[in-house]
Amino acid sequence: MDLYAENILDHYHHPHHKLPLPLGEGWGEGRVVREEKNVSCGDKLTVALLIEDNHLTNIAWTGEGCAISQAAMSMLSDELIGKSLTEINALTPKTILALLNVPIGTRRMKCALLGLEAVKNAISMWSR
Amino acid sequence: MPLNVASIRRQFPFLTSHDGATPSVYLDSAATTQKPKAVLDAMQHFYEHDCGNVHRGMHRQTERATDAYEAARIAVQHFINAAQSEEIIFTKNCTEALNLVAHSWGRTFLKSGDTVALSILEHHSNIVPWLQLKEERNIDIRWLDLDNVDLSGVKLVSITGLSNVLGTAPDLPAIIAAAHRAGALVCIDAAQMVGHFPIDVQALDCDFLAFSGHKLYGPTGIGVLYCKRKLLESMPPFLGGGMMIRDVTQESFTAANIPARFEAGTPPIAEAVGLSAAIDWLTEFPWNDRTQHEQKLLATALTALQSIDGLTILGPDNPKDVRGCISFVLDGVHPHDLTELLGERGFSLRAGHHCAQPLHEHIGIAASTRLSVGIYNTEEEITSLASAIKECMVRLRSP
Ligand SMILES: Cc1ncc(COP(=O)(O)O)c(C=O)c1O
Repeated sequence: MDLYAENILDHYHHPHHKLPLPLGEGWGEGRVVREEKNVSCGDKLTVALLIEDNHLTNIAWTGEGCAISQAAMSMLSDELIGKSLTEINALTPKTILALLNVPIGTRRMKCALLGLEAVKNAISMWSR
Repeated sequence: MPLNVASIRRQFPFLTSHDGATPSVYLDSAATTQKPKAVLDAMQHFYEHDCGNVHRGMHRQTERATDAYEAARIAVQHFINAAQSEEIIFTKNCTEALNLVAHSWGRTFLKSGDTVALSILEHHSNIVPWLQLKEERNIDIRWLDLDNVDLSGVKLVSITGLSNVLGTAPDLPAIIAAAHRAGALVCIDAAQMVGHFPIDVQALDCDFLAFSGHKLYGPTGIGVLYCKRKLLESMPPFLGGGMMIRDVTQESFTAANIPARFEAGTPPIAEAVGLSAAIDWLTEFPWNDRTQHEQKLLATALTALQSIDGLTILGPDNPKDVRGCISFVLDGVHPHDLTELLGERGFSLRAGHHCAQPLHEHIGIAASTRLSVGIYNTEEEITSLASAIKECMVRLRSP
């Protein structure tokens, strides 16, 4: 199957929850922001989460990167709203691969997983 | 032997079709070149007939292996016109050769506050070893402005002979002369240079010069450090182990003479044989013919790329200022997506920062796409690349 399936390119061209900086202004207390980089290819994502009652109630993100990292972040952000932190922490690379639903080889795995890494690291910052 | 690209291509098993599949259009020779059959055969022959360890034992195989290994040293010596074969140290790659300079020479002769000068063109291999010394010894790093080189107070200039991103070559004779006037030594990272320029270390008068075999149509696993004899003799060993010692007791050791002092452990013997075969193979073609061929490819590539809307070339756009490679960015298309789609169409190009992050930051971009050429590439490959890039753009751009 094609890596650049319609669904992937759709999210890439029209990403969900992607906003200009500063992210999540006015969210108040429960806001946590995290930047994640994929040094080897120069991809960069910043995510802002709004955490209330141990649940993720809002998300915004921005950054530059390839179609795969952008589409994965876009799809993931749809998925996360309303989930508990425990549920989010239980997400695995498999979840992302299932969302993308295109063949991701070793070469592109880092691109696909960058968003999940950002979200999980944001949550662990929050929990500390 | 005049350069006949069709016949050259037939000498590269990688470039001939396998199981009926079309071979890829290989435009990533700056990462590593493909290997001619002459190199593969020489290594195979070594393993089948001459395989033994070097400089140890008295049996026939060790003698044959030693002879082959030392003959390779002499082949490299002649290739870069070093005065003596002892000035040639075999390493694992260019990176290890540069680390050898930083660890052995740097740790001995640099102290807190001393300055090492680099250019913004450098590959991480010629940056990180010096940053390590900065952390460890508190040395200063000066990033040279190549248009206005200030070398006052500099102890070492470590600089690339050819950029692996922009394809530009710093004016080495001028830099080396200025460095020596300022009392500084000069180390050349010749990883890219070695495949695209003839090198004469005596004429250049550089103090150190490093390169890898695998970018010179030779095997992976072998690199070279050239260093002037007097300087090399003043330097302590880099790694410790067998081969590099004269004498070991329970309390201490004395180091062997050069070059063995810097070659601890069993060296890359078959790889040295392969590198020697690569040099023999390559030097059959006159430099002028090779340069002419590759420059024609780059000129075609520049013209073709410049005709693409939204494509920006990072280096000079005059082919006479470019050697070996061209890097570019494309509006709205990430280099990874472009090279992925080009890959599907059979083109091998590299995307990313090409181990030159400071340079990319300096230019103000995160990543780029690079095409690089070798002796085996053809005009048709370059023109077909340009149309493939246009197809990929259509595919990736917003409808
Ligand atoms: C300019 C330059 N320096 C150093 C290196 C490092 O070579 P190696 O990885 O073979 O040690 C490279 C390889 O990409 C290079 O292009």
